[in-house]
Parts: sequence; C-alpha cells; structure tokens
Amino acid sequence: MNGISGQDFIFGCSAIGAGLAMIAGIGPGVGQGIAAGHGASAVGRNPGARSDITSTMLLGQAVAETTGLYGLVVAIILMFVKPFTA
Amino acid sequence: MGMLISNEPDFMIHDVLHYQLFGQDLYLTTTTIGMWIITIIILLLAILASRTMKKASDVPGVFQNVLEYAYEMLDKMAAGILGGYSKRFVNYIGTIFLFILFCNLSGLLGLRAPTADFGVTFLLGMFTFFIVNYQGIKNRKVRHFTSLFEPTPILFPINLIGELANPLSISLRLFANLLSGVIIMGLWYGMMPILLDIGIPAALHIYCDVFSGCIQTYVFCMLTMVYINDKME
Repeated sequence: MNGISGQDFIFGCSAIGAGLAMIAGIGPGVGQGIAAGHGASAVGRNPGARSDITSTMLLGQAVAETTGLYGLVVAIILMFVKPFTA
Repeated sequence: MGMLISNEPDFMIHDVLHYQLFGQDLYLTTTTIGMWIITIIILLLAILASRTMKKASDVPGVFQNVLEYAYEMLDKMAAGILGGYSKRFVNYIGTIFLFILFCNLSGLLGLRAPTADFGVTFLLGMFTFFIVNYQGIKNRKVRHFTSLFEPTPILFPINLIGELANPLSISLRLFANLLSGVIIMGLWYGMMPILLDIGIPAALHIYCDVFSGCIQTYVFCMLTMVYINDKME
C-alpha cells in the first residue's frame, strides 16, 4: 500500500464500484429477451396484430430497461462526479 | 501507436460562456446552444409547414404528403392510448414528441444531444408530473388523494413513492439512454485509430442516435399519455 494516497485509493474503489454497478445490466437483458420471445410467438399466432404487439413489446422493454439504466447512472456518477472525494 | 490516436475522448457538457445573475454563477453550455439550434430548425420547419398547408392541394406534393403522414401518425398514437380525450392532449404530445425527436437526432449533426443533459430531461419529466396531477385533481377531485390510501392505508408510503418516482423514472430513462449513446460515440471517435473513424461510426450512429433516439421518444410520449390516461376517470 506504500505510495498510494487516500485519494487514489478512493478513485480505484470508485472504479471497482462502477464495474460492480453495471452487473445491473443482467436483469434487463434477461427481461427484454423474455419480452421479445413472447412478442415473437404472439406475432406467430396472430400475424394481423403485428403493429400492436410490436409497440406494446417495445414499451414494456423500455420500462424493463429502467433498472439497468439506474445502474448505468450510478456507475457514471462514481466514475465522473467522484462523490466520495471531499 | 500514439500517432494514430485521433484525439482525447470527449463526451462532457462544456461551458461556452460564464456569467453572473443575481449573485449566481451561471453557464451557457453546449446543451443550451444545441437547444437553440434545434428550436430554430423546428421553427423554420413549422413556418414552412404552415405555408404549405395554407395552400394545400387535393393532389399533395412531397412535403405536404410527409406532413400529413406525420400528423396522422401522431394523432393515431394519441388516440390509441387516450381514446376520446386525445384531442385535448395531442398538441402537447406532438410538441414534446417533435422536440425530443429532434434533440435525439441532433447527434447526427455533430451536436451533443441536449437530451443527454439531466437538466433538460428532468424538466420534461416535471411537465409530465404537473400535467398528470393537474388532470388528477381536476377530474377526480378528492379521490385523487384518497386513492393513495387504497387498497389499505398501510400501503400509503409505497403509493406515494410510486407517484413521486414517475417523473424521475421517465426522465432518467430518456437521459441515461441518450447519455450511453453519447458516451459510446465519444469513446469511439476519441479512442480509436483514425482509420476506424471511416464508415464504421455510421453503423453506431444508426443504433445509438436513430434507433435508440426514436424508441425513447416514442416511449416518453407513450408513458406520458399512459400516466395521463390513468387519471382521467
């Protein structure tokens, strides 16, 4: 630990924290995949309702994406705003 | 290798002008200038459109055709969610739709997208919040507040947080999507060797600016209408 100042240590830990925060990307990925799969099977069953199904699917996916984006915002704040340095 | 790196990655908001008003430090940022440019573009389009529609002909020209198609699309989108109330809100929804769409697409012009600034999207989210609550109080009177205690009073804190989180979540969604696009484009232009700056960014622009931007515009307007529709009966 010699030669590492407290400031540098906090920057390093912030970078690790930002990487950990992006684990939040797993959930929306799975959720959007499930939504897209069900959307595809719905179009297969009822091709006439394709536009309605697509817009509903995109809306649901965009809402499901929010939690992942919260993770992104936390990561970006840790990386660029540096809230833990006085 | 150092010679081939084009320049430093740059995706931050920059201050163009620093001034003081009422003792506050204020900055004229790239976001403000981007919004001016977009406002001017939309204004010019609107003037051109109203001129075209004043002498509209039975056999539409190209521009009139595009205008009619765009208006019909907006009208259909509003009517699909709001039903009979759509006439009252289609003006507002159309306005924010055009503004957000042009902001999101402004990355193609080389601007930093104004919607990748939380100051802009939070304001748009607050507009939604105030419209939703105004409609709720106007249409449901006291039930707007008592519905927070349904189905049981114990759920009041959760209902309250759910109401207050709406503007935050829709503004953060728009902001974070655009910001991720801006960061990816900034990293690509800043970090890659100059040879990779030819051709390949076009594909990234299609995804980050056009696809993501259009979807997020649609989603923002859609969710605003869904929230309004919840308070209408």
